[in-house]
Amino acid sequence: MNTVVEVSSTPGQVSVDPRFGASSRKAKAGRRPSRLILGLRAFGRDKMAVAAAAVLIIVVAAAALAPVLSPYDPVVGDSARRLEGIGSEGHPLGLDGQGRDILSRLIWGARYSLTVAIVPVLAVLPIALLIGLFAGYVQGRVGGVLMRVLDVLFAFPLVLLAIALAAVLGAGLGNVMLAIGISLVPYMARVAYTSTVQESSREYVEAARAGGARTGEILLKELLPNVVSPLLVYATTLCGLMVVLAAGLSFLGVGIVPPTPDWGIMTADGSSVLLEGRAHVATIPGLAILVVALAFNLLGDGLRDALDPRKQTT
Amino acid sequence: MLEIKNLSVEFHTDGGVVHAVRHVDLTMGEGEIRGLVGESGSGKSVTAMTILGLLGTRRARISSGQILVNGRNLLELSPAELAKVRGRQLGLVSQNALSALDPSFTIGSQLMEVIMWHRKLSRSEARKEALEALRTVSMPDPEHKLRAYQHQLSGGQRQRVVIAMALAARPQILLADEPTTALDATVQKQILDLLLQINQEFGTAILMVTHDFGVVAHMCHTVTVMRRGEVLEEGTAKHVLESPTHPYTQALIAAVPRLHAHDQAAAVPRAERRLHVFQEAAL
Amino acid sequence: MIAMIGRRVMSTLMVLFGVSLVIFLLLQLVPGDPARTILGAGATEDAVAAVRAELGLDQPLPVQFLGYLQGLITGDLGRSLTINQPVTEIIIPRFQNTMVLSAAALVICVVVGIPLGILAARRQYGIFDRIAMFTSLAGASVPVYWLGLMLIGVFALNLGWFPTSGMSNPRNPEGGFGDLLSHLVLPAFAAALVPLAVIARMTRSVMVDTMEQDYIRTLRAAGVPERSIIWKHCLRNAMPPIVTVVGLQIGYLLGGVIFVEVVFSWPGLGYQLYTAITQNDMPLVQAGVLFIALVFVLVNLLADTTVGLLDPRTRRKVTA
Repeated sequence: MNTVVEVSSTPGQVSVDPRFGASSRKAKAGRRPSRLILGLRAFGRDKMAVAAAAVLIIVVAAAALAPVLSPYDPVVGDSARRLEGIGSEGHPLGLDGQGRDILSRLIWGARYSLTVAIVPVLAVLPIALLIGLFAGYVQGRVGGVLMRVLDVLFAFPLVLLAIALAAVLGAGLGNVMLAIGISLVPYMARVAYTSTVQESSREYVEAARAGGARTGEILLKELLPNVVSPLLVYATTLCGLMVVLAAGLSFLGVGIVPPTPDWGIMTADGSSVLLEGRAHVATIPGLAILVVALAFNLLGDGLRDALDPRKQTT
Repeated sequence: MLEIKNLSVEFHTDGGVVHAVRHVDLTMGEGEIRGLVGESGSGKSVTAMTILGLLGTRRARISSGQILVNGRNLLELSPAELAKVRGRQLGLVSQNALSALDPSFTIGSQLMEVIMWHRKLSRSEARKEALEALRTVSMPDPEHKLRAYQHQLSGGQRQRVVIAMALAARPQILLADEPTTALDATVQKQILDLLLQINQEFGTAILMVTHDFGVVAHMCHTVTVMRRGEVLEEGTAKHVLESPTHPYTQALIAAVPRLHAHDQAAAVPRAERRLHVFQEAAL
Repeated sequence: MIAMIGRRVMSTLMVLFGVSLVIFLLLQLVPGDPARTILGAGATEDAVAAVRAELGLDQPLPVQFLGYLQGLITGDLGRSLTINQPVTEIIIPRFQNTMVLSAAALVICVVVGIPLGILAARRQYGIFDRIAMFTSLAGASVPVYWLGLMLIGVFALNLGWFPTSGMSNPRNPEGGFGDLLSHLVLPAFAAALVPLAVIARMTRSVMVDTMEQDYIRTLRAAGVPERSIIWKHCLRNAMPPIVTVVGLQIGYLLGGVIFVEVVFSWPGLGYQLYTAITQNDMPLVQAGVLFIALVFVLVNLLADTTVGLLDPRTRRKVTA
């Protein structure tokens, strides 16, 4: 009976450390499984999220095994057979405007497209966490100034900021990642900041403070674990958004430079032959971007639900 | 008038099926005030919400039973039919008085909407009725209050408005789900007395969901004690208060502060007398 | 209320000051010498130095920034390096074109996105909800530039329903409203899709939260019909966060519109920005970025004020 939740009682009325659900109070039917296991179980039941994770694993594996898997050289083409369509002999996904095998470019492209998108997100995660925790809990003058600076960066739409930075820094793998990373800081820091402020006013933090815990202890032991979850969920979703954006920068010519097989460059290649009536060159890489972005979004949704103690128990 | 037969409600959770309400039977006559008592998790609130068809979660399933209001089984009604029963035959006074009113509309506009919908009145007539409804619940300065938003009212005043809304279409039964928990101690008694007064004035039956036997002693004619989704015992308030058979009931009664002891003795006979009058009137 | 708007205006001015500083500093990151860009590779050192002095580039940075700020206030954003015109004169007509496209896209977002979210919320986890939410998640994942290409391929090249690019028919530039509309349909839809999907999802989630509120239960228990519960009470209470989200999505729209303008050769600010970037025309890039940021800041000021006005207490803090 430990899981009965009174229908009329609003969630959040009892302020328990959200890492443990409201029902962790005295379980009668044996010990409650750990939070990780509960989370995994909840995640496992979400068929969409599991499918998304599977898609991403396949894409990452393909990217890693590109030298083995790709049937042709991604940058050398056979100009005699240029623009042959899907299902042509030896080239299941056809050839592009320079006679290069699209499947091979797609597989190699996964390497660049994923790297450019995911590395900045992972790199900014700890920075954002630091800014958010500091500005959100310690506050003070430095925290205030930090948030003002972020406010200014918020005046630039993410896509615009990334394009402007990429344009200013110049094309190339490293510069694109830097441009995307800088553009991400305000967004990720705000998520960390908001949840820090929210969590700080919860009773378990007050209890720790009343119990004489030092600021550092509260930040690390109490706040960090509860702030990390929403940030991780957000980061997963951002990975999807960044795959789209990074490819977009390459599409505009301010990202990765040709002939590197990046999905954005492939789409741009396709746009120039679209008027010749060859749609497959642009269609295929765009679909790849869409599928990967959607997979990250679904994964993010699944993680959010799995990490939500309310959804774990009820 | 209200008859619950063999009601069972399950919640389907990831940890398995939870039987929140198990084979509960409950009857209420005209003008009866019945206490539905138990701890949180006993299924008392779930029972009340099931009657209203407001369980509000897709994980809840009514696995057996009937809820008859004047002989009609509510569980077989369409959503539109059920919406007509709500307000006209059943009213709800919920426990979160502080958040029970729409913050974006004035008190008057909410009251008028309910009145106009049920009684098909014009705006100006509905306005008069809304004013009358606020007077009924002894709202101070009712004309001014019609134009107020909920955040401009105190907790007790908000609960009075909730009661006025629940009564707007003159329901026969009021479901009061711990109506005083969110309120200050001094206001609690005022609200309970208001409910008593409504019961006497209009003959409205009240299902009083509470964990507090003090409330039972103060105003209930009959009482049903629930634990873990099951009915443990029931009877007249006097009988159960004086000679509870189940140890759980004894513990609940013992939990009432001694201060109430005096009230208990005094209140029971009064409640008994009232019930008697209403039951005769119902015949 | 007036005090709140006053505070917001003040902080907006501070943000705008910060924005101009950031844009100014951004320009300092550009490798290469603008003077040399103007004169070309063969110029003599003396000529370069002369142009540097003319542009004020020999001054220390803070002085340069003050000069830049002064220019901003008087509407002088410098001259384009590639088109021999003041930047402002180039930008304003382009900006108007961008506003036409963005406004059309915004209308689609709001008119489709919000009702979609409400209908999905009405039957949470129902078939419609599941389909709508999966579709909008997919919609939110679509690369705009690719969507533009696909729309051109299908609706312009294959079906021939709409023109492939531009804002007007070159043979008949005064084609009137109908002509503009036919040029507008595809790019507006392309620009609208992602924010539309996000608005639909957010609307749904805010509506679902609102539907679980106690006051909604009170109204239901009082027998108020479902139509009024959803479209009057829930929607009204869900409005503040929805307005905030729409305001933020306008930011996404203003960014995404750059891709759309490039794909459809729409003669707007984004397309201009793109050409300026490829030609390394930094004053033009600077001014373009500044304009978009300015619009975004003003839109958010407007959204915040609206949210404030929507709240009967008018003091509720908005956490975006």
